[in-house]
Amino acid sequence: MDLMTLLQILDSTVRLGTPLLLMCLAGLFSERAGVVDIGLEGKALAAAFFSAAFAYYSGSVWVGLLAGVLAAIAFSMIHGLASITFRGNQLISGVALNFLASGVTVLIAQTWFAQGGRTPTLEEGRYSNITLPFAESLQDVPIIGPIYYELISGHSILVYVAFLLVPLSWWVLFRTRFGLRLRAVGENPAAVDTAGISVQRLRFAAIIIAGVLCGLAGSYLATALQAGFVREMTAGRGYIALAALIFAKWRPWYCLSATMLFGLLQAIALRYQNIDLGAFVIPVQFMNALPYILTIVILAGFVGAAIPPRASGEPYVKER
Amino acid sequence: MDRMPVWADVVLIPLISLLLAAVLSAVAIWAIGENPWEAFSLMVDGALMRSSGWGYTLYYATNFIFTGLAVSVAFHAKLFNIGGEGQAVIGSLGVALCCLFIPWPHWTLALLGSTLGAALFGALWALIPAYLQAARGSHIVITTIMFNFIAAAFLNYVLVNLLRPVGAMEPASATFPDATHLPTFRDIFAGGEGVLFRGAPANVTFFVALAACVLVWLLIWRTKLGYEIRSQGNSESGAKYAGISPFRIIIVAMLISGALSGLMGINVTQGEAERLILNSAEGAGFIGIAVALMGRNHPVGVLLASILFGFLYQGGAELAMWTSIPRELIVVIQALVILFTGAMDNIVRWPLERVFMALRKEG
Repeated sequence: MDLMTLLQILDSTVRLGTPLLLMCLAGLFSERAGVVDIGLEGKALAAAFFSAAFAYYSGSVWVGLLAGVLAAIAFSMIHGLASITFRGNQLISGVALNFLASGVTVLIAQTWFAQGGRTPTLEEGRYSNITLPFAESLQDVPIIGPIYYELISGHSILVYVAFLLVPLSWWVLFRTRFGLRLRAVGENPAAVDTAGISVQRLRFAAIIIAGVLCGLAGSYLATALQAGFVREMTAGRGYIALAALIFAKWRPWYCLSATMLFGLLQAIALRYQNIDLGAFVIPVQFMNALPYILTIVILAGFVGAAIPPRASGEPYVKER
Repeated sequence: MDRMPVWADVVLIPLISLLLAAVLSAVAIWAIGENPWEAFSLMVDGALMRSSGWGYTLYYATNFIFTGLAVSVAFHAKLFNIGGEGQAVIGSLGVALCCLFIPWPHWTLALLGSTLGAALFGALWALIPAYLQAARGSHIVITTIMFNFIAAAFLNYVLVNLLRPVGAMEPASATFPDATHLPTFRDIFAGGEGVLFRGAPANVTFFVALAACVLVWLLIWRTKLGYEIRSQGNSESGAKYAGISPFRIIIVAMLISGALSGLMGINVTQGEAERLILNSAEGAGFIGIAVALMGRNHPVGVLLASILFGFLYQGGAELAMWTSIPRELIVVIQALVILFTGAMDNIVRWPLERVFMALRKEG
């Protein structure tokens, strides 16, 4: 394998890993605050549709982004209403949201565009790829040049935003008062309540952050990675992000490596159908299933235990 | 929290939740520019006013009974088995292997064989998540979701590389031998010739599903094992104190749940398609969640909720055919039912409890 092929695979790893990373960070904020979020998939799907639809109507990707983020926040609020305000089962609420998104997006797409549940292909209103400074002129420098030009430069702005969000998330969660409280609410909400801080408000703040991040992911899928919305376009990425979150043991930097690993697996499965290793052939289906298999292995505790925040999944009942 | 009579909890709350979901669905239909009442009568017409409509309704209902029972058995042990889809897919594989490779003399024997095959394969697919939950505490929701995806990839591999007939393009197995053909409702009630149930896929598997309802009722409320499952679901520490092994109950409950999901494979694979196709479960594994929540985890409730969802499925297909309302409307209704009966239960329960409290004070 030459350098160029390697760079192309890594380049597509970054492209495919970015939506996973955004959704994984969304799950990170939500679950650190004690709200399990199976609905990442649904939120990103809703965001993908609304950002594609509004980008189509307005011709501006930013209007689309705004619409997508608002849609994802709306879904977050339903999740919050069900699982925080009404203390319902967070898992069931998340499952319901995924179905809601999968139905509503096609229903509205069919009503608005009548193209079999998709938006028209976007001519304008997509993210343009950013060429970093000196990328063109450094292109001919051996090794570093191509790496800079192919791999680091030439992505849409959301890719850089997603990567910057990793240190930012770390800083917010582990170096600010808000982050400390947010984590405390996921471990021991009663203690936070005793300190006179509203558990409900903190949890709502966390899921709104998750909504914004899912909105970015959806916008990236529909207006950067592809040119428009097609039905079920998240294709299980929300669940892969959930798997990555467990893989990352609920830590921001590990989220980056886990999602990029899963992105790499997707990139390889996309480029090579069946991988012939001489002695035997790895079928493409195995590569597609590998993120899920790896998560099972992690969950089984063979590679160090993954322990979720202690109060995650539990509605908080205030003592009276 | 003994504030409400049982009938209010079992009947009133699901009905009000259903009403809420129905009102929101009507709003959705109205919002996309169709008349909700006309849509509803069209659904009733297509699904319930003709025998072939019933044939489709009951065919879908058969699937949902199996997956609904599967989810409820797990719920009784406080396990959320979200992997019905994967277990059904692997159960279908069991059915296909039984039908393709064993020369059955008669369909009755073939049905017996494929029932065993489906249950065994479905149960085995639930075994690993069950073991991981019981022995390692890995959350069953996450593991069963992962196993859904692994099942889909595995079936894809098996169909493309192993079961696909030579020269065929489509990823599907060969057609099953004639001897394994299960009698459809038309064969049974119209001698295979009349107009009754013409073209409808409902078949003898429906009666297997009814039998499963009875067996699950017996299991949960009339056996020692069922008692242990319910004890574990009510209070794991209490059950442990009474000498019930949580490990054993988790494994057994999940095996039964997986077997029930697997049985769905008979209906779609042997009863309808008569060959193994990709995505044979068609989301029925997930509808089982809605069905179990609506049916309050009781076989009678599951049966009624399954028929309701069968009606929605068939009615939705009619809508898609005659109006501009896409089939996805059913997915929205399904989501609303799950949301209101499962997650936002308290939105109905809390005000209702207050009403009953007030009534009690007066009385």
